[in-house]
Amino acid sequence: MTSALAKHAHYFADFQSLVHGRGACAPSWLQSLREDAWVKFNATGFPTSRRGNERWKYTNVGPIAKVNFGVTSQPPAVDGLKALVPDYKIDGSTVYDLVFVDGHYSPELSSPSHDSNGVIASSLVTATNDSNSVLESQVGHYACLDEDGFVALNTAFLNDGAYVHVVDGYPESLVVRLTYLTTNGVTAKVTHPRTLVVAGRNTDVTVVECYTGPQETSYLTNAVTEISVGEGANVGHYRLLLEGNKAFHVGVSRVSQKKDSSFNSASFALGTALARNDMEVLLDDSGAYCELNGLYLTADNQHIDNLISIDHAQPNCTSRLNYKGILDGKSKAVFGGEVMVRRQAQKSDAEQTDKNLVLSKLAEVDSKPSLLIYADDVKCSHGATAGHIDEDTLFYLRSRGLDLGAASRMLIHAFASEIIDTVKLEPLKDYLDTLFTAAIPDKSLTFGSAK
Amino acid sequence: MSTTAKGSKPLLSIKGLKAMAGDLEILKGIDLQVKAGEVHAIMGPNGSGKSTLANVLAGRPDYTVTGGQVLFEGQDILKLEPEIRARMGVFLAFQYPLELPGVRAWQFLKAGVDAKRVHNGEEEMSAREFDQMLKAKVAEVQIDPDLVKRAVNEGFSGGEKKRNEVLQMAVLEPKLALLDETDSGLDIDALRIVSDGVNMLRSSENAIILVTHYQRILNYISPNFVHVLYDGRIVQSGGPELAHELEEKGYDWIKDVVDAAV
Repeated sequence: MTSALAKHAHYFADFQSLVHGRGACAPSWLQSLREDAWVKFNATGFPTSRRGNERWKYTNVGPIAKVNFGVTSQPPAVDGLKALVPDYKIDGSTVYDLVFVDGHYSPELSSPSHDSNGVIASSLVTATNDSNSVLESQVGHYACLDEDGFVALNTAFLNDGAYVHVVDGYPESLVVRLTYLTTNGVTAKVTHPRTLVVAGRNTDVTVVECYTGPQETSYLTNAVTEISVGEGANVGHYRLLLEGNKAFHVGVSRVSQKKDSSFNSASFALGTALARNDMEVLLDDSGAYCELNGLYLTADNQHIDNLISIDHAQPNCTSRLNYKGILDGKSKAVFGGEVMVRRQAQKSDAEQTDKNLVLSKLAEVDSKPSLLIYADDVKCSHGATAGHIDEDTLFYLRSRGLDLGAASRMLIHAFASEIIDTVKLEPLKDYLDTLFTAAIPDKSLTFGSAK
Repeated sequence: MSTTAKGSKPLLSIKGLKAMAGDLEILKGIDLQVKAGEVHAIMGPNGSGKSTLANVLAGRPDYTVTGGQVLFEGQDILKLEPEIRARMGVFLAFQYPLELPGVRAWQFLKAGVDAKRVHNGEEEMSAREFDQMLKAKVAEVQIDPDLVKRAVNEGFSGGEKKRNEVLQMAVLEPKLALLDETDSGLDIDALRIVSDGVNMLRSSENAIILVTHYQRILNYISPNFVHVLYDGRIVQSGGPELAHELEEKGYDWIKDVVDAAV
């Protein structure tokens, strides 16, 4: 590992201190998984947009590779942290909270479940100590080390993380809120949030992943989420990217669905200097349904890259992919949608759209929805648009007394609301609506007025 | 109705109004006086400029005013933004009302009502007060109450869209309503309902300019004055009987009269 020292010296030092320090008591399977992951990362490094690498064609991670982001070895004091955790009341369901601060599980801020009546919602490291066999077979099963350097790096640092397991047939609806918080600090911090959700047969669970951090400093969140949706299970999934404006976020989500299961996901992104949302859903048995919604609002020099893939591997599955972007300033959005319908996946029904509302002449959208169809009896469609606020529509609102600012705000909000309205947890919907409404830029000076 | 209007100052006074769309001169000098309590029908063949007149009065940015004056309650409004005119009491019922996916009709209406109230130095309306007012207006213009819970005009039929315009007019209570071909695309039942709504809103306090190609709607909304617009000018003015004459003789008659005079 001498070459490692030269190439990724600071990551290697952090890795060594994890495996010989606080991560040393992990079970042997986890220790060897980390070792394999490190070797992989060290060999591949961070991905580049070199020719032929379609997955990273429009996003340059050079700014991430350049910075010596460091792991925080000690969790910060809890005082005052509670106020930083996004709070929205959820009534009616059983709710568990898992909060991670600078990569460390925070028992003080969390309300876990340790296998009471068949529900585990706890930190991963706690669960590994319980020598859980499910964990061993599932961690790294969906997000493989071969995917790219980020997954390998995340796995090398796998220690704390969220583990949600709902036993087959568990009758109640559950909500698990995961908050991954980075705190302010002098050095550039990195966290490697890891989430594993195993929803058993005919269960109903909703997972909210929320990533957040300070506005003032640059930090990196390198997240990996794996979700297994059991037969007939209904999984709700919300991914909230509420990172600071100087943050880098790379997220990889891998979902696998069994027969007649349903996966309803929505991803929301605000802030973040550079964000990557790489999500892949495998429809692995017949009758599975997945709905992937997304909303991103960018400004200034922000860059967001959504790479969403759906694999119709089996017949009679349905997928709905609907992403929407609002772009201002010199920001840039990349959308890569890939729906694959395999030869045996007859009667597949797939729709995908990416619609962008461009508020500034300098903002840019690269949208590439694609369909790869190998079966002959399918119903598939795809489309992408990038447009401006329509002047005629603006006049319609103004003719009713709304000024340019109010009229454009109303139209931008209306554009976003289609995605916000897909959120099934009312308090979360209201919370997001408030956040996005506040983030809508003032465009009162941009548009034409009466002569 | 016309008796109350006699002698009072005009609500709207248009003098020598000229306007262009791009490089094309559409309005070539319009003169028109409208008093509170009056209904004026503006008729004319396609391309005569009648829709342009309604839109220029409302302040649509697509047109450039190149001459003349428009006084509304004595104030020149041509330099005012469309939203200011709206708050002062000018309302345009669109020929093709736009669909606003994601904007609930009540939300749209409340924003308009509040903008007007703030303009007049009043407080915004409370949600409850607005709700009660809206319910009453919905009943008054006989619109399906579900329509105000839906997104504005999204998936509405042609008739529903026009009825929704009438509801907006009822809620915003304009002093001057410009109805831009509100009758186009309506079947006879829808036309009657829309006309009933307009008639209900007619009062001695407000005025209506009704732009139409056909005489048909004037069977339901009887005008005090009928003006014929041709090639950007008002070439004939008269009472309701002028509409019937037009219906009988067709617009070619007007063209012949005008062309003969040249």
